[in-house]
Amino acid sequence: MELHLIIFFMIFAAIVAVEAKDLLSSLIGLSAAGLGLSLAFLILKAPNLAITQLVVEILCVIILIHATINKDIPLVKDGRWLFNTFATFIFVGVFLFLAFLALRELPVFGSPLMSVSKDYLAQGQALTGAENLVAAITLNFRSYDALGEAAVIFAAVIGVLAISRKTGKIDG
Amino acid sequence: MDNQAGMSLIVKTITRLTVGLILIYGIYIMLQGHSSPGGGFAGGVIIALSFIHLILAFGRKAVFQKMNEARGLILISSGSLAFLLLSTLGFLGIFKKGLMPFCDAAIALLVSSALFAMFLVLIGLASKEKKQ
Repeated sequence: MELHLIIFFMIFAAIVAVEAKDLLSSLIGLSAAGLGLSLAFLILKAPNLAITQLVVEILCVIILIHATINKDIPLVKDGRWLFNTFATFIFVGVFLFLAFLALRELPVFGSPLMSVSKDYLAQGQALTGAENLVAAITLNFRSYDALGEAAVIFAAVIGVLAISRKTGKIDG
Repeated sequence: MDNQAGMSLIVKTITRLTVGLILIYGIYIMLQGHSSPGGGFAGGVIIALSFIHLILAFGRKAVFQKMNEARGLILISSGSLAFLLLSTLGFLGIFKKGLMPFCDAAIALLVSSALFAMFLVLIGLASKEKKQ
C-alpha cells in the first residue's frame, strides 16, 4: 500500500519535473522523485541501497543547483515574511514532535535489535561457505543490494559517457 | 610507441616492472573477497588503477590504440550482465553457495572498466579543451 502511494508520488513528481516551466521547479520535482525512490528501496527492505540512493540524490541536487543557480531563480524578496516565519516554525515544531515520537521507539543504547543478524552470525558460514561474514552478507543474504548498487554504477557511467560524448569524442 | 609521450625513462622502466604486480594484486583482492577483507569493488578499483598507471606513464596515445570508448562500453555491459545473470541463478535457487567468487569477478569487471572508461573520457575532455 505504501509502495503504491510512493510510486504514484514518484510518477507525479516526474511529470512535474518534465512539465515545469522554470528550472528550479523541475529540479525540485526531480529530487522529490529521487527521495521517493529512496523510500521505496527502504520499504522493499534494501537499506544499503536506500542510503546510497539518498546520498547520490543529495550530491546530484547540489551539483544541479550549482549548475542552474545562475540561470533563473525567481526570488521573492518582500511581502509574505510573516507567513514564511510562521510556516517555518510550524514545520520545525511538527518535525520535532514526530522525531520525539519516533525516537522513543528505538532500542536502548548498547542493546541493539539482533532479530535477523543473529541468524547471520550463527549460520552464515555454514549456509554460504564463506569465511568472511561481511562478504557472505553483501553477496549472498543481501545480494540484491549489491545488484542494485551495480545498477547504480552502470547507470552513472552510461550517463557520464553519454553526456561527455558530444564534446569529448576521443580522437586517438 | 614513441619515446616522447608520457613521463621520463625512469618512470617508464619502473612502470614496466610494477604494473603487472599491481594488476595481480587487484585480482588477488578480487578473488579473496569471500575469505578475507576485500572483494569485487576494491579489487576492481585496484585493477583500474593499474591501467591508469599505464596511461600516466606512457601517455594517452599508447593506451587509446588498445582501448577506446566502445570497448569500454562492451566491458561495462558484460560485467553488469554477468552479475545480473548470477543473481538470477541465485533467485531461481539453482546455486545455493559457491557463487561468491564469480559475483566478485563480475563486480570487479564492471567497476574496473567503468572507472577506466570514465578516466579515459575525462582526459579526452581535458585534451580537447587544451587544444581549443
